[in-house]
Amino acid sequence: MALLLSCVAGDLILSVLAVILSGWRYATPIVYGGTLVISAILSGIALFAVAQSPMSITLPLGLPWLGAHFRLDALAAAFLLIVNFGGAGVSLYALGYGRHEPEPGRVLPFYPVFLAAMNLVVIAADAYSFLLAWELMSLASWALVIARHRTNGNLRAGYIYLLMASAGTFALLFCFGLLAGAQGNYAFAAIRAHHLAPSLTGLALALALIGAGSKAGLVPFHVWLPLAHPAAPSHVSALMSGVMTKVAIYAFIRIVFDLMGPPQWWWSVAPLLLGGATAALGVLYALMETDIKRILAYSTIENVGIIFIAIGLALAFKASGLAGAAALALTAALFHVLNHMLFKSVLFFGAGTLIVSTGTRDIEKLGGLINRLPYSSAAVLAASIAISALPPFNGFASEWLVFQSILVSPQLPQMGLKLIVPGVGVLLALAAALAAACFVRAFGITYLGRPRTPAAAAAREVDRWSLAAMLGLAALCLFVGLFPGLAIDWLQPVASAMVSGRMPPQSSIAWLSIVPVSASRSSYNGLLLFGFMVAAATIAAAMVHRFASRAVRIAPFWDCGYPNLGPQVQYSATSLSQPIRRVFGSVTFGAHETVDMPAPEDPRPAKLVRTIRDPVWDFLYAPIAVFIDRAAGLLNHIQFLTIRVYLAMVFVALVALLTVLALWG
Amino acid sequence: MTQAFAFDVAHMFAGLLVLVSFMMLYQDRLLPLIDALTLHSLLLAFSVAWQAYVQDKPDLYVTAFIALAFKAIIIPMAFRRMVVRMNLHREIETAVGTGITMLIGIGLVALSMDLMLRVTAGANALVREDVALALAVVLLGLLMMVTRRNAISQVIGFMSLENGLILAGTGARGMPLVVEISVAFSVLIAFIVIGIFLFRIRERFDTVDLQALDNIREARR
Repeated sequence: MALLLSCVAGDLILSVLAVILSGWRYATPIVYGGTLVISAILSGIALFAVAQSPMSITLPLGLPWLGAHFRLDALAAAFLLIVNFGGAGVSLYALGYGRHEPEPGRVLPFYPVFLAAMNLVVIAADAYSFLLAWELMSLASWALVIARHRTNGNLRAGYIYLLMASAGTFALLFCFGLLAGAQGNYAFAAIRAHHLAPSLTGLALALALIGAGSKAGLVPFHVWLPLAHPAAPSHVSALMSGVMTKVAIYAFIRIVFDLMGPPQWWWSVAPLLLGGATAALGVLYALMETDIKRILAYSTIENVGIIFIAIGLALAFKASGLAGAAALALTAALFHVLNHMLFKSVLFFGAGTLIVSTGTRDIEKLGGLINRLPYSSAAVLAASIAISALPPFNGFASEWLVFQSILVSPQLPQMGLKLIVPGVGVLLALAAALAAACFVRAFGITYLGRPRTPAAAAAREVDRWSLAAMLGLAALCLFVGLFPGLAIDWLQPVASAMVSGRMPPQSSIAWLSIVPVSASRSSYNGLLLFGFMVAAATIAAAMVHRFASRAVRIAPFWDCGYPNLGPQVQYSATSLSQPIRRVFGSVTFGAHETVDMPAPEDPRPAKLVRTIRDPVWDFLYAPIAVFIDRAAGLLNHIQFLTIRVYLAMVFVALVALLTVLALWG
Repeated sequence: MTQAFAFDVAHMFAGLLVLVSFMMLYQDRLLPLIDALTLHSLLLAFSVAWQAYVQDKPDLYVTAFIALAFKAIIIPMAFRRMVVRMNLHREIETAVGTGITMLIGIGLVALSMDLMLRVTAGANALVREDVALALAVVLLGLLMMVTRRNAISQVIGFMSLENGLILAGTGARGMPLVVEISVAFSVLIAFIVIGIFLFRIRERFDTVDLQALDNIREARR
């Protein structure tokens, strides 16, 4: 515990060091190297702390009568690993990527603070320290989002991020206030002992959903995410997407499973419905985008939706006393958290290499990069397969577990959940399918085909640090996908602490299969499948070469009879997603296309105009903005009243309150 | 001396304070208003002294003395000098009609009685009516601040409000002397600051009517 806290302090010292050293050319390697070492140590601690009994420490910091409580239990340790393993990967990547930073002084001081704050959120054991660390995390990431403030739109992204982050923190503040009750002891141990009145649990749950959901990117609180992720430098985007949203999920699990007491079945309805909507909408948004980092940001939203579905299921099972099923669902959620951290980091690293080597984020301007960036494209391909939930990579294993937990949902006694869960399952299946389409599109348009612009044709592979980070994490994606039993068993202490149940141990099962419920229902063996796929692919390739193309011939490619047209005739990202846009987009996003055809003899080119509207902005945030604007306009008159009217207002308010008291009492 | 007699005297002083508050509401010239404030503070001093005697708390005598010295002698004298020097003693203010103000005042007293007697049902009998009357004095002082235009009469309203607070504090058998002294000094300092401001306002605008200040702000809007 002391080592843990001194590591966090080391991060903070590094940030001070970064301020002092800023401008010196070795500042970048020192800071990222330092965070790499610290995060690696912390990951090691976390790896072993899960199975240990909880450790806690109270520091005489913070509020005088409260102190700062820190506690490392199984749940905190699991997320400590997510934070620090992600942090280590990102630091390794940034050792190379950070060199391309135009103004390192704007990034370096905040990066270690961001890491330290996320660590503190995870191990905080009283509401005060938690919120302080949470706000520090928000502010540090906000500073990183606006690091490139001269780029168009980044300041607006930062502004919206700050607004959403503050609103979320306020919601969490009120949530903890409700949970602590009138006694107002904010230590988690006291909150755990205090049982909330049943009428208030709904409110506390809603506040937790808003507070954690706004940071995690739950629809409809996701609006900051697709703006902030592209604005931040790529390694920071990876950290925000792969790690920070997970810290928010940690907050939700901590509040709902640990602090709010025994759950009711209806608590699961909101996470399930919002999770389903988030998963489906997130991937649809991603399909409409052509900016690679926005695609990844929306895909993060989708994955957060999947995780929330699993959390909702775990709540429902726990409320109904189905401990084994609850452990399955919670393990699925945590496993997906881990996996998403792994593959989303690789994908954002890949986006970073694209930006470094071509200078653009628009996938319509890329193409053919698989020849120019062979290693990074291999890593991105692996991560794309993983995020599309295709075996044998890790994404499949965790989404399969989510589906398994949906399949045991008929055991639930409540009629409402029996109706909702299959519907959410359909949304999840839709999201999974569309995610595959999304990443086929993103990878295919970016890395396959012919270069669409000279910049894409001139791209060069990036430095070794970045490649090491990408390939290393991609290899881990494969490893975890092949041996999911290891991860599942590692997560069992968390499940038994949160839902007091556990899945059957997986590592003792023969042939490294995983059997989440019982062998008669389902089992999955990643290694066997991988072996089969490798064998089938090798045999197929050998057959093709043996019987069909004995000799390789170089010939002009088939061009539909139009020779030598430019690379623009290739299938583009927009055209690839057009069918999906027509089917889903017209209803969900009000998408429509108009052809702007000039009259004959008019020399201006014809244009196809696409318009897409975001319903969340239109129906939720725009009315709020209008309301606030009107209210502010009305209240503005109060600025210009006379002194006597001010006094009269105080007087009338006082008398009115006294009258209410007189009538009531 | 019986308990009932002690109550009656305490209630009489408190009731007289409410009565003088009404007299202040009724006055529309400054010099009689200052006289009313003097009377108000004098009654407060008696009331506090009586409480000190009844409760057998000698430190309340200090409070009574502070009320007597500052509020009944020094501040009214300073006000009087100010009004004479500014040549305001002939002015009549008409912000809200006296009749309406008095009616509102009666309503306020009824409200505070109704409320306080109910809220403090479990409390000491000596405290109950005293607190109710003190609340009435506070509300009447506030009413005076709202209905007057002249800065001096607003300050006087504030002073009578403060008297009501002290009445409540001494009746409730709790307010420590230190708090009392600090309140008294803060009022004195507030008075000095207000006095300086009054002269500054007057130098600039040739009036202490607050409407003039509002007019300036209107113009800047």
